[in-house]
Amino acid sequence: MSARGVRSKHVLPRRLFVGVQATFLILLTLIVLVPLVAIFVGTFQDGNDVIRNGISFDVDLSTLSLDNYVMLFTDSGLYFRWFLNTFVLTVAQVAGTLLVSSFVAYGFAMYDFRGKNAGFIAVILLMTVPFEMMMLPMYVMVNDIGLADTYIVIVLPFLAAAVTIFFFRQYFLGIPKELLEAGRVDGVTEFGIFFKLVLPIAKPALAAMAILNGMIVWNNFLWPLLVLRSAEKFTLPIGLNTLLTPYGNNYELLIIGAFFSLIPILVLFLLFQRFFVAGMTAGALKG
Amino acid sequence: MKKILYSQRWAPYFFIAPFVITLLGFWMVPLGRSVVMSTQEVLYGDATFIGLDNYVRLMGDRTFWKAMFNSARYMVLTLALLIPIPMFLAAVINSKIGSPRIKGFAKASLFVPALTSVVVAGIIFRLMFAETDSGLMNQIVGFFGFGPVRWLRQDIPGLIALLALALWRYTGVNIMYFIAGMQSIPTEYYEAASIDGAGRVQQFFRITVPNLKPTIVYVLTISVYGGLAMFLESFMLYAGNNSPNNQGLTVVGYLYRQGVQENDLGFASAVGVILLVVIMAINLTHLTLSGTFKKDRR
Repeated sequence: MSARGVRSKHVLPRRLFVGVQATFLILLTLIVLVPLVAIFVGTFQDGNDVIRNGISFDVDLSTLSLDNYVMLFTDSGLYFRWFLNTFVLTVAQVAGTLLVSSFVAYGFAMYDFRGKNAGFIAVILLMTVPFEMMMLPMYVMVNDIGLADTYIVIVLPFLAAAVTIFFFRQYFLGIPKELLEAGRVDGVTEFGIFFKLVLPIAKPALAAMAILNGMIVWNNFLWPLLVLRSAEKFTLPIGLNTLLTPYGNNYELLIIGAFFSLIPILVLFLLFQRFFVAGMTAGALKG
Repeated sequence: MKKILYSQRWAPYFFIAPFVITLLGFWMVPLGRSVVMSTQEVLYGDATFIGLDNYVRLMGDRTFWKAMFNSARYMVLTLALLIPIPMFLAAVINSKIGSPRIKGFAKASLFVPALTSVVVAGIIFRLMFAETDSGLMNQIVGFFGFGPVRWLRQDIPGLIALLALALWRYTGVNIMYFIAGMQSIPTEYYEAASIDGAGRVQQFFRITVPNLKPTIVYVLTISVYGGLAMFLESFMLYAGNNSPNNQGLTVVGYLYRQGVQENDLGFASAVGVILLVVIMAINLTHLTLSGTFKKDRR
């Protein structure tokens, strides 16, 4: 009681604080959501108007129509193809990355071997080298070996992903070694132990990394932009970008297409919020 | 074969093999090649060795320095905005009092922008910062009696748009980092402090901030190279890699322009090498100082 008595001299009364806090957070939330509301409203406006005049609060309600929606579902060109491409690519790349990266992480977490430290330092360094630095030589290499315009080359370099390896290693370090010993006594191979005993209990880690990688791959832009050439192979971000040219007249599709590309990831977020956060903050406390 | 499957001596090498192959094939070989290419003039696939000429040319290249300046300026300003603001908001959301519902809702909503691709975020911000009277931002500044501003045509207004985009997309993410950090601070510290009569503000500066140091260092590191490597935000905001007067050109943007658009691979490689050296120097310093290497040698 005395502690509270002392404290109240220094700070706002509790109830006022709660009120100020709530008002502040709600206002902030509204501001943050403005761009998303704006593009949603934009989906009902004339695309050419929006591109010419920008998104605004000042919407003439009589001009709103469902024309963009009609266009999206009747005459959208390759849009749904891009959507499907992105979906398939995301699923494939996430599955591959989870498998390969957890496999590698297991090696680093559970064994002592020569070169382990050097190898792990390489993982950490790779984690801190932005891809943008590497894109040019990789792009040249891809062209040389004739793999441009293929999905293989979009996926392959990122299967052993440093950040994901790091996360899985941290998780595996918490698994008791007795489990592995028990497996060995039962005559399971080293790889069997990983696939049959360890992976099944790593589900929370797999979920967190699936979400984080899914979000990254769904929105991936720079590398596919460099590698992909043919329009029917484009992913959503690349396709949308091609609509954003001064010469295009597909602006209706650009606005509504941009909005629709948000929906899968938003739904996923609403369903699996805590995994997003677990994935995002994976490395934050280790620095 | 059977022996290998059961061998604890050989197994780890199989486990880490995919990483080693990726490291060598997709990162080291291209990187080495890039270093070699930076000493060549590459024309239509024909490479001529020209020594350090690309670097000499780079040093005297005004556009390169402008790009460097832009990237550094963006990096410093994003640090100045994206550490204190999210830290304060995290403290508000993480405080024990107040409605958990409102706080949970705010936390989730603030994170949502991070889910949008740079492409979509860039399109939205480009349209909000339209230069006509009717653009959203011009309506707002108009309300206060200014403008209309030709946002993306001028240097500082363009920078403001770019920073607004960064603030919008990354505040929520950084809030998550800081909340995670705050939750690992023992509550006893706060109890002891309030018995000693420390107010909330005092507690924030005396307990929260010092104990958040590892998180701050982490956010600082990713923000430093994130800032220096920024390219897509500007690419989308200006609808391409050519902004008026190169006001939005970044180092990576310049690398992209020279390498992909102008096909001057040797020169672009030199840009890449310089940037890589800068980033590696920053990262190595940071990782050494924070003891990351020491920890793993143990």
